[in-house]
This record gives sequence, structure tokens and C-alpha cells, in this order.
Amino acid sequence: MISIENISKWYGEFQVLSDCTSNVEKGEVVVVCGPSGSGKSTLIKCVNGLEPVQQGTIIVEGIEVTAKGTNLTKLRSRIGMVFQHFELYPHMSVRENLCLGQRKVLGRSHDEANEKAETLIDRVGLLAHIDKFPGELSGGQQQRVAISRALAMDPIAMLFDEPTSALDPEMINEVLDVMVELAQEGMTMMVVTHEMGFARKVADRVVFMDEGAIVEDRDTEAFFGNPESDRAKEFLSKILNH
Amino acid sequence: MDNIDISVILDNLPFLWEGLQLSLLLTGLAVLGGIVLGTFLALMRLSGIPPVSLVAAGYVNLIRSVPLILVIFWFYFLVPLALGRPIGGFYSALIAFVMFEAAYYSEIIRAGIQSVRQGQVQAGQATGLSYWQIQRYVVLPQAFRNMIPILVTQGIILFQDTSLVFVVSLRDFMTASSIVARTEGRLAEMYVFAAFVYFIICFAGSLYVRRLQKSKTA
Repeated sequence: MISIENISKWYGEFQVLSDCTSNVEKGEVVVVCGPSGSGKSTLIKCVNGLEPVQQGTIIVEGIEVTAKGTNLTKLRSRIGMVFQHFELYPHMSVRENLCLGQRKVLGRSHDEANEKAETLIDRVGLLAHIDKFPGELSGGQQQRVAISRALAMDPIAMLFDEPTSALDPEMINEVLDVMVELAQEGMTMMVVTHEMGFARKVADRVVFMDEGAIVEDRDTEAFFGNPESDRAKEFLSKILNH
Repeated sequence: MDNIDISVILDNLPFLWEGLQLSLLLTGLAVLGGIVLGTFLALMRLSGIPPVSLVAAGYVNLIRSVPLILVIFWFYFLVPLALGRPIGGFYSALIAFVMFEAAYYSEIIRAGIQSVRQGQVQAGQATGLSYWQIQRYVVLPQAFRNMIPILVTQGIILFQDTSLVFVVSLRDFMTASSIVARTEGRLAEMYVFAAFVYFIICFAGSLYVRRLQKSKTA
């Protein structure tokens, strides 16, 4: 469903991605991990064209993201994205956050959008907070709202960019629980995260990146049981011993 | 000082009130027009399309390098030449103020837009909103909320500047005060009174700005 072929990207002289190739099948959950600054977030933002690439091709559901003249807006409306810092619209209530895209992009009626918003917010256990503003919610609650906002667009795939990195430790699980549930329902997901417990539990594959390159791209079991590269071994030993 | 006569003010109150109404009307319309045009200029400058942003930058820099009074003259004398018929002091002054203030407002609004986190734009993009939808629903509402105090401050300055319309024979509050002062021979009373009225209005505006800033940080 998502196919990334030989992409490279530079910020000026500095190469952030070099020759990355991977793909995500329908219903697959792929975790992207690696040390900070390894290009994970950049890679995932290339998938829906938030970041342009200079070389290579990305194809999502038969649509070439990297081609000139591609209707990116239309494609993006079908791919949900969750950000590290939530990025809820602070001047809108939770309800309005969930309805904006549905109304303006999908053209749903007020009632239709509202009903969808209530169903989704209820699912993440925040129905009582639906008319509050993001600033009145905890980080964990905000991230659950952000996931619901993405789901309100009925996406064919979901991208998560370090969804728990900005959260206090006690709030991480409430967000991961929602993501695990989503994965088990068969959602296609690409998740940048350091949560190796989550990766082990639901990921079909793990992509390990270092210095802008994909170093390993293997089944979850194989990656954790028997990492091939020294860099992955080192990374895992650092992250798992804590 | 024992021949101060306050009654001159009371006697001419309707005349002065007419002048004040004109000042307030001109300020209100110029603020609205300036903000609308200023928003477009700011968006043009931030568009990232070189010819578009250059035109906007050129306009802003040109207008900011000339005195307001000159702009008022331009429109008073040049617009009738271009249109082939006079448009009257009020409209030419209004157009001049809108064009002039837009240049200042666009700089304020540009800073306001840039104060909105880039992540907010990405969130809008990721939902599939178009550029204009993101500006309209996500960026501008947040930008304006951050900018209200400084926009009001600019409005206060504009209110004071409306006194320049005497050059195109408009009878604003300042001009009305002058006329009364001279015809009644009561210069001291009238100019003190005029200063008092400007002070009250502008000071009230400043207090309002301070309250806005407090409620924002609270």
C-alpha cells in the first residue's frame, strides 16, 4: 500500500535521508525506530508529502506522492497523521477539531460530522470532554483526541510521528492502548516510536534507521531476537536495559 | 485666567460631535479596510512565490517610506485624475488611510502569522485542508488572537492621524475644534478641550489593550 523506493533528501548540504527503501502492506503495522536524528520523522513525513524528497519515489495506493502535479491535498485527506506535539487547534473545541476536516475536506453535513466525532471521542473515553478546549486537557488526553481527529477522516492508513515522546510517563499507556486497539482492528500503520514494548506487541515489521539510512527492515521477532547490524544491537541494548 | 469660558464648548457641542463622529467613522472604516488589505499583503509576502511576495514587499516599503499626509494628497489629487471625476474628500481620505494603514497592518499580521507554530500548518495539511482553508480556519484565527493588542494600538495611532484630514477640507473633530476656536476667539478653551477628548479616547484604548494583554498571559 505504501511503497518507498530509493528516496534521498537533503537540507542544503546535509543529507537527511539516503537511499531509503521499504514498503508497508495493507493491514500491516510497521514500527520505525533508531537513534534521534536518524531521519525517522523525516521519512514518515515524506510519505504524505509534508516533506519533499529530491530523489526516489513514494507510491501510496497507486498514487505517486513524489510526482509533480499530484493532488497532495486529496491524498493527505486519506492518510491520518498523529504528531509528537499533538497539534490540536487550540482555538477550537475538541468537537470542532474533529469536525473541521470532515466538513471542509470531505463535505460531510454538520450532523454527520458531529455524530462521527462523538462516536470516536467516546471510543477513546473522552466524551465528557468533547466541548472542552485542548488547553484544558492533559497531554495523554490531547493525543487521544489527535488520534480521533485523524480517524474522523476514515483514513486508509495512519502515520504516527513519535506519538508518546512528548508525554509524561504515566500518560504513555493510555495513548499506546488506543494504538494497540487500532492495530488489532487491522489498520495499516507506520509508527515512529521508541516504545519497544509496543513494537514487540503489535508490529509486523521493524525498520531500524541510523544516519538517514535504513539499516534493518525485518520481521519483529527477527529484529528483537537476532538483530544483524552492530548499530541495531547497540541501540537495542541501550534502550532495553533501562 | 479669569476669563475662561466653558460655555463655548457647550454651545458648539453638536458641531463638535459631528466632527468627532467623522473622526471615529474614518478610524473604524480605515482600521477594517487596513486589516483586510493588510492580511492579503501579509499572505502575499509569505506566499513563497517570488513575484507575488516582491510586489507586496515593494508596496509595503514604498508606503512606509512616505509621510501619511503625502498619501492623503496623492489620493485627493490623483484619483480624480485617474477616474475623470472627483470622489470627494471623505472617500479620497478613506482610501488613503486604508492604503497607508494596510502597509503597517501587513507587517503586524505577518509577524502574527509567523508566530503560529509550523506544526499547526502541517496538521492542517495532513488533514487534507487546502492552503487557503489552513489560513482561514487554522492560522489566521490564532494569529489574530495573538495580535489583537497591537492591532488596537495601531488603531489608536490611526485615530490621532485622522486629524490630518484638514488638508483635504474634511471637518473632523480637530478641524471642528479649530473652527470653533477661531470663530469664537476661544483658542485656550477649545485646544485644551480637544486635547482632553483625544486623551480620554486614546487612554481608554490603551487601558483596553493592557487588559487584553493581561488576560492573554493569565
